Amino acid sequence: MATTTYAGRPVTLDDEGFFTDPGQWSEDMIPELAASAGLDRLTDRHREVIAFVRARYTAQGAAPAVRALSKSSGVPVKELYQLFPKGPAKTAARIAGVPKPRGCI
Amino acid sequence: MRKRIVILGAGTGGTLVANRLRRLHPEDSAEIVVIDQDDEHVYQPGLLFLPFGPAEAGDLVRSRHGRLRRGVEFRQAPIDRVETGAQRVVLGDGRTVGYDVLVIATGAVLLPEETEGLTGPGWGEKVCTFYDLQGALALRAALARFAGGRLVVAVVDMPIKCPVAPLEFAFLADWHLRRRGLRERVELTYVTPLDAAFTRPVAAGALAGLLADKGVGLVTEFGTAAVDGPGGRLVSYDEREVGFDLAVVVPAHGGAAYVGRSPGLGDELNFVPVDRHTLQAAAAPDVFALGDAAGVPTSKAGSVAHFEGAAVVENVTRVLAGRPPAARFDGHANCFVETGHGKALLLDFNYDTEPLPGRYPWAAAGLPLLKQSRLNHLGKRAFPWLYWHALLPGRDLPGIGADMPVHGKKGR
Ligand SMILES: Cc1cc2nc3c(=O)[nH]c(=O)nc-3n(C[C@H](O)[C@H](O)[C@H](O)COP(=O)(O)OP(=O)(O)OC[C@H]3O[C@@H](n4cnc5c(N)ncnc54)[C@H](O)[C@@H]3O)c2cc1C
Repeated sequence: MATTTYAGRPVTLDDEGFFTDPGQWSEDMIPELAASAGLDRLTDRHREVIAFVRARYTAQGAAPAVRALSKSSGVPVKELYQLFPKGPAKTAARIAGVPKPRGCI
Repeated sequence: MRKRIVILGAGTGGTLVANRLRRLHPEDSAEIVVIDQDDEHVYQPGLLFLPFGPAEAGDLVRSRHGRLRRGVEFRQAPIDRVETGAQRVVLGDGRTVGYDVLVIATGAVLLPEETEGLTGPGWGEKVCTFYDLQGALALRAALARFAGGRLVVAVVDMPIKCPVAPLEFAFLADWHLRRRGLRERVELTYVTPLDAAFTRPVAAGALAGLLADKGVGLVTEFGTAAVDGPGGRLVSYDEREVGFDLAVVVPAHGGAAYVGRSPGLGDELNFVPVDRHTLQAAAAPDVFALGDAAGVPTSKAGSVAHFEGAAVVENVTRVLAGRPPAARFDGHANCFVETGHGKALLLDFNYDTEPLPGRYPWAAAGLPLLKQSRLNHLGKRAFPWLYWHALLPGRDLPGIGADMPVHGKKGR
């Protein structure tokens, strides 16, 4: 566990860099979170996927894994990887301030 | 009034729940109907060994109806959809079956066609799977022909049934090739979409160590986008490649297709969202799901279906009596991991606890956890008998309760 600051506010992250308390997240943290996840350009399409992951987490208590993310958001898996080359489900969950997708069990 | 319990699927979970409910409820108080599309119950854990051994495929298969107690009605028919509002199941020929309580145990299906090229040229020859009977037999023939080169074991996507089975396959392949004197001529690689050999950190460490000991290469975070059979390569979404001469692929899984045709019942992968403790479906209070069909955050395994069965039986009984469900499943999973050379290790965990070292199920005399041993291997080999004669009939297994035992474990 570690404490970091995004958008001027302290947040707690687990060992893998995921929020332990999604309540600490706010939308204005997205650019800094994206930069620390290694994304140098943030498009509307990125934002769409991030918002989707956040909404899914809020509704169901878990972030979706990549195939589920693609099926429910309608964004093809290939495009998801173009947007988030280092693993769409994990990267989007990090930026959306939610715990690691548990679909991978 | 006589109630009707309908159980969809006569595999591991459906069979054991039907038999337990039949023993619990007198025939004049509840009718129990089990529906399955076929009458061949395959002992799936046996598929792991089939590609390496002389075992006859027929040894793994028994009739489904013969596993059900007297007084359980078996109907062989494909399910078309469930209408939870009308409390009925619609069969493939349009007939309907009404229920007071419904138990969904239709497992998971393999979806090889979802991966580009996987079922294209080379499928069943140099690109194989051992996750179903036909595939395991084709793989046995392919392994017999295999005289050296690059052997790749690849998991396309999670979740899958028995997430340790592909690792076990890699361990057994290493051992098999050694016995045939071919190991030196084979480059063995394990490919996974995960960031480690297994999903739970403690076990991932132990299992990654075993791969290294056996000289098996590990490629992680590889999301397989396409399989090129003729060219002998797996291609990932981020455009990495892994070459092969023989690929053993575990295809993507989903829930049964009828779940997707049933309004409000399933998620985007056709698994059934349920309360992870009571196993009551989000869709309706008189519907429960267990086994591979259920969307719960634990492994998809026969042992899990067995442990979930206890909670489902109690909660079905409560709902029939007009009471809310109270029995709680704790996420308990218990997997023997064959590591080759006649040894196996044992993992035991639940929603809240990582696999821990220690012994199972008794502190002093139990099987060693997270450690390779001959005893664990014998435990796994004894399992087919227990499966057919104790687990499916719904008898209690000695010392193996549904909740994860903590007394044999070394704390964190
Ligand atoms: C290679 C391999 C090795 C494994 N090893 C182990 C192990 O060592 N330990 C362990 O605990 N687990 C192991 N498992 C997993 C275990 O076999 C499954 O988790 C278990 O069988 C799940 O039981 P279930 O009742 O949920 O589904 P299943 O037993 O698969 O039964 C589902 C049933 O539903 C029926 N059905 C589906 N759709 C329809 C429809 N539309 N209409 C009518 N009927 C339908 C099917 O015909 C089937 O009979 C292994 C699995 C594999 C593939």
